[in-house]
Amino acid sequence: MPKPILTIKNLRKSYGDHVIFEHLDLDVNEGETIVIIGPSGTGKSTLLRCINLLTRPNEGQIWLDDTEITSKNCNEDLVRQHIGMVFQNFLLFNHLTALGNVKLGLTRVKKMSDQAATEKALRELERVGLADKAGHYPGQLSGGQQQRVGIARALAMDPRIMLFDEPTSALDPELIGEVLEVMRKLAKDGMTMLVVTHEMGFAREVADRIVFMEKGYIVEEGSPNEMFNHPKFPRTREFLWKITELYGKKKEDAA
Amino acid sequence: MNLNQFISYIAQGTIYTVGVTLIALPAGLLIGTILALLYVYGGKVTGRLMNLYSTIFRGIPPLVLLFILFFAVSKGINLSAFWAGSLSLGIVSSAYQMEIVRGALLAVSGDQMKAARAIGLSRLQAIRYVVLPQAVRLAIPPWSNEVAIVIKDSSLVYALGVPEILRRAQLIAASSQQYLLAYLSAALIYFLLVFLTTRLLNRLENKLAIPANP
Ligand SMILES: Nc1ncnc2c1ncn2[C@@H]1O[C@H](COP(=O)(O)OP(=O)(O)OP(=O)(O)O)[C@@H](O)[C@H]1O
Ligand SMILES: [Mg+2]
Repeated sequence: MPKPILTIKNLRKSYGDHVIFEHLDLDVNEGETIVIIGPSGTGKSTLLRCINLLTRPNEGQIWLDDTEITSKNCNEDLVRQHIGMVFQNFLLFNHLTALGNVKLGLTRVKKMSDQAATEKALRELERVGLADKAGHYPGQLSGGQQQRVGIARALAMDPRIMLFDEPTSALDPELIGEVLEVMRKLAKDGMTMLVVTHEMGFAREVADRIVFMEKGYIVEEGSPNEMFNHPKFPRTREFLWKITELYGKKKEDAA
Repeated sequence: MNLNQFISYIAQGTIYTVGVTLIALPAGLLIGTILALLYVYGGKVTGRLMNLYSTIFRGIPPLVLLFILFFAVSKGINLSAFWAGSLSLGIVSSAYQMEIVRGALLAVSGDQMKAARAIGLSRLQAIRYVVLPQAVRLAIPPWSNEVAIVIKDSSLVYALGVPEILRRAQLIAASSQQYLLAYLSAALIYFLLVFLTTRLLNRLENKLAIPANP
């Protein structure tokens, strides 16, 4: 029986009267890569924000390993250290070099010495193939490189789980590949990942499970094979067909 | 009396002009920055209070405020005209500097704060290491504007009898009857002070600029 790293039980989030999702349950097991798909406005980003406590759910619980992170007396900053987050628009710290971006959490949160932090940060940049860009500022990097620095920055904290919110949708088509490649490698190395993406090629190939969310509910979840080839619900088939068509086309256009 | 003597008589006031500026400006910056941080990160009620502070102090002519603050302050504590004038100007300037810093904080905040919190930095650490360093850079151009204004507004303390540039120009004008020359000399000195300071800040801005930042 695999051990869940992240357990979500009966989660509910609303903004005023507007319920984003409710009765949401999800387990993420150690080493698993889960891809979340679903139409715009379904609450995928909101779910990720709830998990790293950037916003508070109204009901339900989330556990990270054996700690209930939604409990009142839980230290948010401590929790976030253990949950890596990668944003759609990278959100690098603009005043710091690539190295500085990766180092900041090490020196200020983990309180590592400057030298130890530099060494570790360089290793993380190496991992995303950007050791040679350590001294570059975000403005001097391409979108794909910026996103890889964003991944290195999150990895440096040695998180238990990595959250990705559409990490490639702000990128030009020709830059998507290098970011997906880094993520593919991470998954292979056993990182636990929760990925919101429209990249069906990545989902098919890397995901252990695909979760289809719509209108605040998990409609269906299953292995890529189940989801792509034998979906239980017509909605799942429809959505997957549409999205593959849409994004596949975009790529062809770019090629 | 030749021109040299004329100018050098008036220029002796520069020490007061610079003195007033060097007190008013940092005082305004310190108060303004603290208030701006409270404005942006202090919650709704604090924000309203800060807004009120800013609206009031920016809505009254500096000279009127100078008189009010001078007489209010010098009633409470025994301060020289120089100190009371400088601090009063500092308070006036703090309202403008608060708006400058606030604008810069808001321009940086949001997403950068989110990214900083996501790696486990506390709110204070995020402000200290991520938001402020970027906000400072954004604030320099509008701030250099405010520096010029404070240098020029320092002439207002002449009304309290502080012997700064304008005051001395007035004195020598009256005694020599060379009004135009006296005020032109004063204008020249003010202009040079503002011009040099602005150039200096311009250099600072370029030096601190983040490479290739959009
Ligand atoms: N801070 C907020 N206040 C009010 N409503 C919000 C807020 N954040 C998100 N919402 C609403 O929540 C709903 C879900 O948004 P969310 O961003 O989670 O969707 P998503 O599935 O990530 O969509 P997309 O694919 O477009 O990124 C939307 O209807 C959005 O308008
Ligand atoms: Mg989203």
